[in-house]
Amino acid sequence: MDLFEYQGKQYFARFGIPTSKGGVADTVDEAVAVADEVGYPVVVKAQVKVGGRGKAGGVKLANDAGEVRTHAGSILGLDIKGHVVHRLWVEHASDISREYYASFTLDRAAKRHLGMLSAEGGVEIEEVAVSNPDAIAMRSIDPVDGLDLAAAREWVAAANLDEPAREQAAALLVDLYRCYVEGDCDLAEINPLILTPEGRVHALDAKVTLDDNATYRHPEWAEFAATEVEDEREARAKARGLNYIGLDGSVGIIANGAGLAMSTLDVVNQCGGAAANFLDIGGGANADVMAAALEVINSDPAVRAIFVNIFGGITRVDEVAKGVIEALGRVEISSPIVLRLDGTNAPAGREILASHLSDRLVAEPTMIDAARRAVAFAGGKS
Amino acid sequence: MSIFVDESTTVVVQGVSPTSQGLYHGLRNRAYGTKVVAGTNPKRGGEEIEGMPIYATVAEAVAATGANASFISVPPPGAAAAIIEAAEAGVPFIVCITEGIPAQDEALVFNRLRREFPSTRLLGPNCPGIISPGKCNIGITSGDIALAGGPVGIVSRSGTLTYQALHELSQQGVGQTTCVGIGGDPVPGTSFIDCLRAFEDDPDTRAVMMIGEIGGSAEEEAAEFIGASMTKPVVSYIAGVTAPAGRKMGHAGAIISGSKGTAQTKMTALAAAGVTVAQNPTEAGEAMVDVVRKLG
Repeated sequence: MDLFEYQGKQYFARFGIPTSKGGVADTVDEAVAVADEVGYPVVVKAQVKVGGRGKAGGVKLANDAGEVRTHAGSILGLDIKGHVVHRLWVEHASDISREYYASFTLDRAAKRHLGMLSAEGGVEIEEVAVSNPDAIAMRSIDPVDGLDLAAAREWVAAANLDEPAREQAAALLVDLYRCYVEGDCDLAEINPLILTPEGRVHALDAKVTLDDNATYRHPEWAEFAATEVEDEREARAKARGLNYIGLDGSVGIIANGAGLAMSTLDVVNQCGGAAANFLDIGGGANADVMAAALEVINSDPAVRAIFVNIFGGITRVDEVAKGVIEALGRVEISSPIVLRLDGTNAPAGREILASHLSDRLVAEPTMIDAARRAVAFAGGKS
Repeated sequence: MSIFVDESTTVVVQGVSPTSQGLYHGLRNRAYGTKVVAGTNPKRGGEEIEGMPIYATVAEAVAATGANASFISVPPPGAAAAIIEAAEAGVPFIVCITEGIPAQDEALVFNRLRREFPSTRLLGPNCPGIISPGKCNIGITSGDIALAGGPVGIVSRSGTLTYQALHELSQQGVGQTTCVGIGGDPVPGTSFIDCLRAFEDDPDTRAVMMIGEIGGSAEEEAAEFIGASMTKPVVSYIAGVTAPAGRKMGHAGAIISGSKGTAQTKMTALAAAGVTVAQNPTEAGEAMVDVVRKLG
């Protein structure tokens, strides 16, 4: 789960990472109230989970209440790369002497944590990595050892952070690492991390991605989940406990297993069509799950055909076939369905299906055949 | 021959109660012919469930039965501790199928094993397990779809795509030496390269099927290994060509980050290493059947 900037800053605060004084506003009046509270000048920042806010006019400096009104009014409702701004973060504007960059993430190849620190912050770190890779001090951190203050001090020196920033930055890095580990982040990034003319170091932005697998041990994440702006289809699927991702095509997909579901999208694409969704119903594939999956897919107006791709392992195909038929008895489906059921007990499964097949419910023996048929139903290439 | 497991493998199932996943899968594995010799449950030491002797700890189970493999399917909150318990008990091969373990736990466990128990191999988490047809099956793979006798070794990040591959080969009469599911999480205990190296060294394995997916760079690293160190033919399939960036596609590790981890870069790297790269699972099965026929 990606956090909004303001949530990331609230999360940082739990671990003692300093940020600017600020508050959330959903209306122009609220924005003015926050600005009056934190003191002028302020920065009015669009809260969207996408980069490039500044260039899109989503971040503005305001010197008084009138300017806050103007900027808040123009930013609220702004569409930034398809993300409409519903919420603002208004914070006291900081004077900036220097901008740095700091982040922690998992290095999957090394199977260790990767810390990145740079004296060149405020720009895309990917650009720095290309234009001036030496400007990024990387630290590969063994999770068993973690990061202590001594290592952090050595690190800020190696990254050439300005002398007055070093001690505070080192302490902040230790806190940020703790936030990343104990806070179960996939990514904890500060860009920019600033040094003010008064010699204070703090986070001017926050980019945090939480590890969904750790949700069970973070009840406090519920408030973040509540603000997740989701595709309506995804919200409906989540309510039914389904592992669903909305896409732009017209072939609805139901498959068991993440790999098979991904593969199904690819095969539909190879046959000239496009999938309307990713949906992994897991190993069970019983009537309840199948019915829920069909309901969610059926509610997507873009869907013109449904491709059910099941490989029976422990769950035998005859059981899956019974589940499909029972589910179809419960849900009225508006698109034709193509079934491909293979694996353990496939012949018995096909026999069960045989008497139910029609021009709206067809079975195909292989993934490719089934994908071609579904794409043809959806009006794509056949 | 087979890799990692064989007919002498004896298994302790961790976390066994009358209603646990561990018991369900452990009994299935036993019915397949796997030597499942013990279960553990801190509250049920001394009991017997479905003919499976239960010990309070893995150490006690190992002392009593000599088990040389463990099978973990306990829920995520207890999985990391279960892995460490098995390692501390001296179990050399640990299979963890648990899905949903936090990445921080996986990274910590991986590095603890690497340091403190360098001879212990962890397979998984979030994997279907391992099957050497006719010899040993630890995990959730259906034994019915596998065929003994080789000559193909399979290694895969995905469960159902592994079953699909097994099925397609078995139906063509092409058997498997061992089929290893390394799992779809960001920090797998056993990597593609670990399996490829073992298959290269296994005289009975004559060709390898490798099934990858988007996310991370394990396939690119595998390609480098194949190009440099493998003499046996490899057929590969990578899922997720059409996956959108930035979304976890079912598996925690299946995510394109920025422009990194795409199927295309993986396929290009594998093809450059001389691997036959198939466009879909069926094509991969057909390509492997071809390879095996040419081996004679």
